[in-house]
Amino acid sequence: MSSNNFKKRHRAEKRFKAYGLISLVTAAIMLIVIIGSMIYKSIPAFTNYTLDLEVNMVSQSLDTDIEEINYRGIVRDSFFSLFPEVQDRSEKRKLSKLISSSAGYSLRDFIIENPTYGNKKFYFSVLFTDDSDLFYKGYVDVYLPEDERRLDNQEIFWLTKLQSRGRVESKISRNLFLNGDSREPEVAGFYGATIGSLITIFVTLVLSFPIGVITAIYLENFAIKNRITDFIEVNINNLAAVPSIIFGLLGLAVFINFFGMPRSVPLVGGLVLSLMTLPTIIITTRSSLQSVPPSIREAALAMGASEMQVVFQHLLPAALPGIFTGAIIGLARAFGESAPLLLIGMVAFIVDIPASINDPATALPVQIYLWADSPERAFVAKTSAATLILIGLLIVINLVAVILRKRYEVKW
Amino acid sequence: MKNTFKSFVIGLLIFLILGPSVNAEDQIKIVGSSTVFPFSTAVAEEFGRKYKYRTPIVESTGSGGGMKLFCSGKGAKHPDITNASRRIKSKEFKKCSKNGIKIIEIKVGYDGIVLANSKKADVFQLTTRDIYLALAERIPANANGSELQDNPHETWQDVNPDLPNIKIEVLGPPPTSGTRDAFVELAMDGGAKSFSALKTLRESSKEGKREFKKIARTIREDGAFVEAGENDNLIIQKLDQNPNAIGIFGFSFLDQNIDKIQGSIVNSAKPTFDNILGGEYPISRSLFFYVKKNHIRMKPSIKEFIKEFTSQSAMGPDGYLIEKGLIPLSKEEYTKYKTAGKELVELEL
Repeated sequence: MSSNNFKKRHRAEKRFKAYGLISLVTAAIMLIVIIGSMIYKSIPAFTNYTLDLEVNMVSQSLDTDIEEINYRGIVRDSFFSLFPEVQDRSEKRKLSKLISSSAGYSLRDFIIENPTYGNKKFYFSVLFTDDSDLFYKGYVDVYLPEDERRLDNQEIFWLTKLQSRGRVESKISRNLFLNGDSREPEVAGFYGATIGSLITIFVTLVLSFPIGVITAIYLENFAIKNRITDFIEVNINNLAAVPSIIFGLLGLAVFINFFGMPRSVPLVGGLVLSLMTLPTIIITTRSSLQSVPPSIREAALAMGASEMQVVFQHLLPAALPGIFTGAIIGLARAFGESAPLLLIGMVAFIVDIPASINDPATALPVQIYLWADSPERAFVAKTSAATLILIGLLIVINLVAVILRKRYEVKW
Repeated sequence: MKNTFKSFVIGLLIFLILGPSVNAEDQIKIVGSSTVFPFSTAVAEEFGRKYKYRTPIVESTGSGGGMKLFCSGKGAKHPDITNASRRIKSKEFKKCSKNGIKIIEIKVGYDGIVLANSKKADVFQLTTRDIYLALAERIPANANGSELQDNPHETWQDVNPDLPNIKIEVLGPPPTSGTRDAFVELAMDGGAKSFSALKTLRESSKEGKREFKKIARTIREDGAFVEAGENDNLIIQKLDQNPNAIGIFGFSFLDQNIDKIQGSIVNSAKPTFDNILGGEYPISRSLFFYVKKNHIRMKPSIKEFIKEFTSQSAMGPDGYLIEKGLIPLSKEEYTKYKTAGKELVELEL
């Protein structure tokens, strides 16, 4: 009888272990599939096909203001000289659409930095447009009928001819890492959005961490327990579960409409997100303060320490690992948030890289959303690439949480 | 520990002092329609590269949301320009005037709304009448439309015997979208008008017109029409997976995905660039942007922005906006709006 029972319990345990293993494997497979498909889709985003174009600026007189030169025209004429057989005006126009419209501007920036090239003949690396780029990467099915492709036979002929001359090469896309947003997929990058995200998170950290910790300490150790503090406690717990878009509405009404702060700036974004993370920080700080053994507190009090000394010299250091973990988890959530930013104008097309809390900026999750909604095919890869970067940054944030916790951990 | 705490408090104080100082600058702020967004951003980028001003900020808020922000007041807090995928309504114009806002109206071009399905299936040949009968909540029970019934149609063949025997499954934009407004106005109204009794109702009185709009523009909610959100790329992915479904979106998405999807023929016109330009394709709408004239003194760069938007290289028949899928204006209209932008002609309704 008892051995039967024993076997039964053993079987139950084995079953439970099997269930656990199955769930773990399922979760792992899902994660691998998601990340794997992201990586697969993002591959075309990291490289760009470029053309080594011989740019002829010899005819430029040195007296002209280097900012006044018609760089676009120079690039176009240099490009046309590779195809002397194309003379027809409409054909020339079609030809000029193979290379990126940004080429003239990047030549301008190059000459402004290196004025000595202003009247020379030299090779300059020019980007292709997204459609030509996708063709070289093999994403254009040439066997489809002509009117069902983004590139017609003539354009494909030109592109193949260029490649056979050995002037075309694939390079790591610097724009992706160093540029702000753009409507041209070959120029667009997530640097602006990343900086915007970091500034916003910095504002959130600076505001929500001290306020949250101080609130928690006060509520936990100093506040008198009565109906009012109970009421506040219920509300804090409740706020932690409020959907994030509500905080966006609040931010719009209070910070922008009432205080008259500008739209689309990381300051307001950070304020809104810190409202959102505050409850999380307060709750985790309180619970880690509670988890410090009462003996420590009692011993300190018995040695004649004041309440303040007990909190700041004994309880808080012991509770720090928990507090850091809570704060960082709250911040990581804020980092991936886009809904509250919608209402305060941070879901916007912003090209310039933000430099301060009052510069218009967007955030990484917003950038992902904007690219996912763009008609150009090349943005699909960009979307996945930006998602990978977001995931990567979140991993870094969580690693910091683990390291901090390990460092300050006290064992009893 | 004490030092960390102190530095936090000091940091916080510096923050609160520096924080609310408003960023005084010349940057143009644009809000409005998500349909005009791809075009407006392209111009903004070009403008930022060509001129020495900062690149304008463009927010995609929807036509209605943009108008609300635009008309709510003057000054640095309020946007300078709003995009719209429809003309400004008289109600909105009145609100603007009440707040002392003077408006310059610029028509940018046209956008076709297409009904497309996967290349794996046959091309649909529809009429606006078929579209109305397939998607409206209430449709005529008899030939002239004097009696109404709840829409009983389940397959396209029920709607019109010439159509294939496939379940009606349409993925379209939600009611907040300008694309939806334009779609019901152009396609559904057009279909409803083909019933004589409904047509008479529309022309009878103001009351009748309202009643007509309600009949023509209410889309059924029994699952045949699925609100697929504002993300048109998602709709295209779903169409690729489900060859029986039809999706509704702007022409530029068809233009970018012609290897995967095909546009349905409506009233015997294919949704091509030339047909939309020539007006043969029935479901096309005008795109606008509206400039706050009061702001030009404060931000002179607005003038330059209008110039860039209305330039031949942007809006003209070979401009870079046409590359992005915009259907250009006719020559006369182009000249009209270019002059309006140059001379800052105020809109009067």
